[in-house]
Amino acid sequence: MSEKIFSLLSGIIFGVGLVVSGMTNPEKVIGFLSITHNWDASLIFVMGGAIIITAPFFYLLKNRNKSLLGLNINLPQKKGLDKKLLIGSALFGIGWGLVGLCPGPAISSIALFEPITLIFLIAMFLGVLTNKYI
Amino acid sequence: MYNFTPITALTGGLIIGSAVVLYFYTTGRLAAISGIFANALTIKSNRSSNLLFLLGLVVGPLGYFYFRKESVNFEITNSYILIIIAGFLVGLGTRMGRGCTSGHGICGISRFSIRSIIATITFIITGVITIFIFQQFGIYL
Repeated sequence: MSEKIFSLLSGIIFGVGLVVSGMTNPEKVIGFLSITHNWDASLIFVMGGAIIITAPFFYLLKNRNKSLLGLNINLPQKKGLDKKLLIGSALFGIGWGLVGLCPGPAISSIALFEPITLIFLIAMFLGVLTNKYI
Repeated sequence: MYNFTPITALTGGLIIGSAVVLYFYTTGRLAAISGIFANALTIKSNRSSNLLFLLGLVVGPLGYFYFRKESVNFEITNSYILIIIAGFLVGLGTRMGRGCTSGHGICGISRFSIRSIIATITFIITGVITIFIFQQFGIYL
């Protein structure tokens, strides 16, 4: 039960952070990726602000094998680079650049009642399914 | 610099970082949104927690708008074809590359994961190239 409450709470805080940071506006993301014209560096401050908080905590918690709620710590075990990582990230970047939405802001923007983001989310889900079958 | 908002960007980033820490400290999982989205819709394990996290991503902004009584800008292309292609590439790419801006860009980089650092550099570069090409055609100017 508390796992569900903390999942909801974490999502709420994350969503508020996305709105406050301005990242729910695709124009801000486009502005960051547009380095040769009207560059907007705000996104660096978003990632920097988040990493300032997360990096020390991940370091402090790195030797734990159970979470506060007694659940197993679940971290990616893959090491080293592979084709899928590079090709996948490259494709993601193209999609991200095309309209300025990544998964978090795309979901949070449901709160803005913009029907166009629902189409984005459906297409995103089809992309997820496609990866499962290729 | 155009449209530059360092204070709100940093504040939002600190809030996002706090959410990542809270989620990891309590559940032992990384707040990697593309993974949570895909898992919530395709696998049974932790489904209700994953769905609640996604619900939070919507409820948080709704609560914020309600209490702050302010609206935020949302400017996006009106091309449905572009939206569909972009959404598909984001879904496919983040699953193939095992992460998005939150999973690689925040969680991975702060764990000093080489894979995530390379992934983040890769998607920023292809995003920059995509926009550069579009600007050559007079779009986004």
